[in-house]
Amino acid sequence: MMIQSFRMAFASILSNKMRSFLTMLGIIIGIMAVVVLVSIVSSTTESVQGELESLGADTLSVTVTTSRYQPLSVSDIADLPEEYESIAYAAPTTTQSATLKSGDTSTTATVTGTTAAYADINDLSLQSGRFLKSPDIDNNSAVAVVGYEAAEDLFGYTDIVGETLSVDGRSFLVVGVLADAGETLAGSENSTIIIPYTTAQRMFYVSGVTSFTLAAQSSELVDAAEADITSILMERFGDEDAFSIMNQSTILESMDSITDTMAMMLGGIAGISLLVGGIGIMNIMLVSVAERTREIGIRKAIGAGRRRILLQFLIESLMVSTIGGLIGLGLSWVLLAILSAAMGTSYTMSAGISLLAVLFSMAIGIIFGINPANKAAKMPPIEALRAE
Amino acid sequence: MIQMKNISKIYRIGGETLYALDHASLSIGNGEFVAIVGPSGSGKSTLMNIMGCLDVADEGKYFLDGQEIEDYTEDDLTRIRNFKIGFVFQNFNLLPKNTALENVELPLIYQGVPRRECRARARQALERMGLSERLEHRPSELSGGQQQRVAIARALVTSPSLILADEPTGNLDHKTGVEIMELFRELHGNGNTIVLITHDDGVAKKAERRLRILDGQVTEEAKA
Repeated sequence: MMIQSFRMAFASILSNKMRSFLTMLGIIIGIMAVVVLVSIVSSTTESVQGELESLGADTLSVTVTTSRYQPLSVSDIADLPEEYESIAYAAPTTTQSATLKSGDTSTTATVTGTTAAYADINDLSLQSGRFLKSPDIDNNSAVAVVGYEAAEDLFGYTDIVGETLSVDGRSFLVVGVLADAGETLAGSENSTIIIPYTTAQRMFYVSGVTSFTLAAQSSELVDAAEADITSILMERFGDEDAFSIMNQSTILESMDSITDTMAMMLGGIAGISLLVGGIGIMNIMLVSVAERTREIGIRKAIGAGRRRILLQFLIESLMVSTIGGLIGLGLSWVLLAILSAAMGTSYTMSAGISLLAVLFSMAIGIIFGINPANKAAKMPPIEALRAE
Repeated sequence: MIQMKNISKIYRIGGETLYALDHASLSIGNGEFVAIVGPSGSGKSTLMNIMGCLDVADEGKYFLDGQEIEDYTEDDLTRIRNFKIGFVFQNFNLLPKNTALENVELPLIYQGVPRRECRARARQALERMGLSERLEHRPSELSGGQQQRVAIARALVTSPSLILADEPTGNLDHKTGVEIMELFRELHGNGNTIVLITHDDGVAKKAERRLRILDGQVTEEAKA
């Protein structure tokens, strides 16, 4: 009985190809909207998360927001890895904006004052020369490690170890150039220059340490490191509002909630178009039932029961919506492939969303098919036969 | 075969009570070829609808094949139509998008007969109607007489107890009408029970027995 009903429904869809296609179009567009938008959002989320994770899930950054107490000193920070097993590296940081000059070329760049451990925490690699070393810190040396882009901006080339440049009028010897880190969301070190923390303190009148980053021994020890640093700072400041600790997982979590909201919002908007597609199906099915009143009458006269007629029309709308859903899914795949090629990123369609889309389109077919099918099934045979 | 006792069908239109059938009684035996003759508005369509289980009577008793048809649900009536009755309509009532073969198969499909058997039996029925060359033609590609033959094949294919023909020659030219009537006589000769409804005395004469219906009441007409 089911097979026959499927056959009849299929024959009826084929017998009016143009109308069937136009009916499907609503579902096709709706499914495409849902699948493509959600896939783009989730692919973007994944790549952002990947980048954030590559920054190191085991680093913490601490900011001291009070100035009421004796500030932390550079050696306080330097001692942290020795005092606590959970902490591998710690480096004070201060970020300033300064004017760089070399010859006649000048540019504004971010200047980061820090210590040798900074390279280990942030996995920095050098294209040439060396990073800061502890004697540089101890002697307030006027040496600088220059980001790839900053070097190019200033000198027009990157092989600049041994050259000098001026930072806010003070002359620095370039000891190293950072390797090209590529573009990342968190901003790269490409356009910054790095100088010893102590030198930066003098130049920018920074007393003590107000922010520093540290790396845990392993990603499992991040929580322990966070607990350790919290207890140190509590001991020192006695006020939990005096400092704030950020770790990567907090950033990841807030990122997650943003993208989840975005996915839901886009999915919702796309869902509305699916709903409109469903109403389109219902509309066409109702017209089709009215048009085929006579056919229904004939079928009933020669022995089709209510269930038969109901099934025939329900399966018809189910098939229209499912075929529409599958076509929409196929076109989404094509569209994502084109977008990936065009944007140079890879947008992947998740199996979950594909399955959900197909199930959803089937559900739409059934939900919006029930009313017309029921109308057809309940039609009294005599009246249906009389219809012209 | 068919027994109707005091069958009434009442319509109420704006407070007025209209008897489309007014205590009509009749009885038709197995293998008979009966014509029910009456002018339009006489209640013959209502009588046919009740006889064909497309409708139920408001009063009276109707036995089909010894089975009383009363207070049946839509689904029960459907089953009776499917298994016991073969309809032949004035305007053929074939499904326009299906081929002759598919049209004839349909009642068997609804009976749940296996597909291969459906095919074979439908083909046989069409061959019997002399349409073996027209199996894959759609109704629009057939002449009126051929369409009516397809409709008769569809009515016969389930081997129903009763073939109910409502003005089967009404839409056909005279010559084709005569041919179709010959076909009915032939079927009657093979032992089928046929009830033919018509307003045309000429057509009715071909039947073995005639019942006249007027103002909702049925009377036997003396054999000519």
